[in-house]
Amino acid sequence: MAEPLLAVEAVSCRFGGLLAVDAASLSAPAARITALIGPNGAGKTTLFAVISGFLKPSSGRVHYDGADVTGEPPHRLARRGIARTFQIVQPFAGLSVRENILVGAHLRRAARAEALARAEQVGREVGLGDVLDRPAHTLTVAGRKRLELAKALATEPKLLLLDEVLAGLNPSEIRDIVPVIRDLSARGIAVVMIEHVMQAVMSLAAHVFVLAEGRIIAEGSPAQVAEDRTVVEAYLGHGAAAKVRTAHVH
Amino acid sequence: MRGYLLIAAAVAVLAAVPLVVQSNVVLNFLVVTLMIALAGQGWNILGGYGGQYSFGHAAFFGTGAYVTAILQAHYGVNAWVGFVAGIAAGAAVGAVIGGLTFRAGLRSSYFALVTLAFAEVLRILASVAPITGAGVGILIKLDLRPQAFQFQSRALFYLVILALVAVALLAAQLIERSRFGAWLIAVRENEDAAMALGVDATMVKLGAMVISAAITAAAGCFYAQYFLFIDAPIAYGTWISIEALLTPIIGGAGTVFGALIGALVAKSLGEAARFVTGDVPGLDLMTYGAMLVLVIAFAPRGLVGALADLRSGLVRRFAAVRKPVEAAHG
Repeated sequence: MAEPLLAVEAVSCRFGGLLAVDAASLSAPAARITALIGPNGAGKTTLFAVISGFLKPSSGRVHYDGADVTGEPPHRLARRGIARTFQIVQPFAGLSVRENILVGAHLRRAARAEALARAEQVGREVGLGDVLDRPAHTLTVAGRKRLELAKALATEPKLLLLDEVLAGLNPSEIRDIVPVIRDLSARGIAVVMIEHVMQAVMSLAAHVFVLAEGRIIAEGSPAQVAEDRTVVEAYLGHGAAAKVRTAHVH
Repeated sequence: MRGYLLIAAAVAVLAAVPLVVQSNVVLNFLVVTLMIALAGQGWNILGGYGGQYSFGHAAFFGTGAYVTAILQAHYGVNAWVGFVAGIAAGAAVGAVIGGLTFRAGLRSSYFALVTLAFAEVLRILASVAPITGAGVGILIKLDLRPQAFQFQSRALFYLVILALVAVALLAAQLIERSRFGAWLIAVRENEDAAMALGVDATMVKLGAMVISAAITAAAGCFYAQYFLFIDAPIAYGTWISIEALLTPIIGGAGTVFGALIGALVAKSLGEAARFVTGDVPGLDLMTYGAMLVLVIAFAPRGLVGALADLRSGLVRRFAAVRKPVEAAHG
C-alpha cells in the first residue's frame, strides 16, 4: 500500500484521571472511505478532535500528507486540506445557507464573486440547491447535516472527517446522502467517517477501525470486523460472542 | 452596489442639512450626534460584525482625543498631523488590548469586563499623569483657521464629521462584502465552526479590533478639535463606552447603518425628552435605558432589523392578499 494520507501514531489523550484515547493508531489512504466505529464513549470524537487540531494529544503523533502536524491549530490544518464536520452540527445559525457555505469557500478564494459561485456549486452537489437563501436555523436535521458536509467540502479538502453525518436521519434520507459520500472518495478525497449506522459502514467503507474504551481493538474489512469476537463483545458485553454463535447454531 | 448607493444617498441628504438649517443649536446637536455615530460605528465593527462586545471603547476614544490634544498643546504639532497620530495611537491601543485579550482566549462577558478595566485604568492614569494635565485637563489654543482644524462656522465642522462618518459607513460596507467580513461574521456566529473552516479566529478578531479602535479614536480626535478641551472623565469616561455600544445596538448591530440610525434616534429622543420636561438632569440617560429595554424586548436586531422584518412582513401579507384574488380569477 502506498503512503497513507493520514497516519495517527499511538495517540493518547488524557483528561485528568480519564484516559479518553489510549495509544490509538490508524491510517487513511486517499480516495478511500475509512470508518471509525465503536460503542458510545469510546473516544472516537476525541480522536477526531486531535486529528483536526481542536485538541492537543497527551502523547503520540499525527502525520498528514508527509508532514508531522501534531498540535497544529485547526485553521492551519484546514489550510493544509483537513476538513471536519461536527457531530453536534454547528451552523452559523443567523446566516443563510449560502453564506454558511461561503465561509468555507473563502478559504481558497479571496474574491467574493468566485467564493459565492463555489458555494452555490457545492450547495447543489449536496442537495441544498433549493434552500440556499433560507436562514440556516430553519433547516431540518437532514438539511443541517447536509450543510455541515457542504461547509467542509467548500474548503476543498484532501482529507474529510465526518462525525456521524448519518445519525438522526431516516432511512430514505440516508439513502440520499450515501451516494454523495461515495462520490467524494471517487473524486480522490480521503474520507474518515465515525458512524453508527452499520449498513452504511458496510456498504461504504473500504477499511474499518474499531475503537473501544480508547483503544483500537480491531481493524480490517467491514466483513472481517463484523465477525470479530472482540468487536461483538465490545458492543454487546462480555460473553456475548459465544451467545450469538449458539443462537446462530439453534 | 445597492449598499454604496444607499450610503451616497444618506450622506447627500445629511450634507444638504446646513443649506436649510442655519441654527447653531441644531447644527451643534447634529455634530455631536454624528460624532457619537462615528464612535458607535467603530464599536459596531468589532461588536456588531464580530460579536465581541467591548464595554471599554472609551480607551480608544480617549487615546485619540489625548494624543491629538497633547501633540498640539505641548509640542506645537499641526492639528491635522495630530489628528492622524491620534487615530494611529487609538489603533495601537486596540492592537495591544486585542492582542492580550484574544490571545488569552477571553470571550463574551470576560472580554467585556477586561475591556472595561482597560478603559478605567487609562482614565485613572490620565487623571494623575502630568502629561495629560492630570485633574485639570488640556486646553487646545483657539486658532480658528482650517490649517489648525478649527472652523469659524459650525457648518464646516458638521461637514468634516459627516465626511468621517461617510468613510466609516464605507468601511463597514467594504468589510461586509469581503472575505475578512465573512470570516468576522463566522467568528461571531460560531467560533469553533469558523476555525474548522480555516478561519484564524484570533487574527480576525485582532484585525477587527484595530479597525474598530481606529474609527472610535477618530471620534475622540474630533471631540478634542471641536470642544478644544478634554479631561480624564470626558476622554476615558464610561459615558462614551456606553454611547458607543448603545447606538449600534439600538440601530442594529452588524449592519452598515445601525450606528448612524441608532445615534440619530437615540439623541433625538434624548433631546426631545429634555426639551419637553425642561432639562431634568439625567433624563437623556433614562431615555437611553428605556430605549435599550424596548429594543432588546421587541427588536433584538435593532431598528434596521425591525424595519427589514416589517418590510418582508408587508410583502408576505401583500402576496397573501393577492393570491386568493388571482386564484379566483384563474
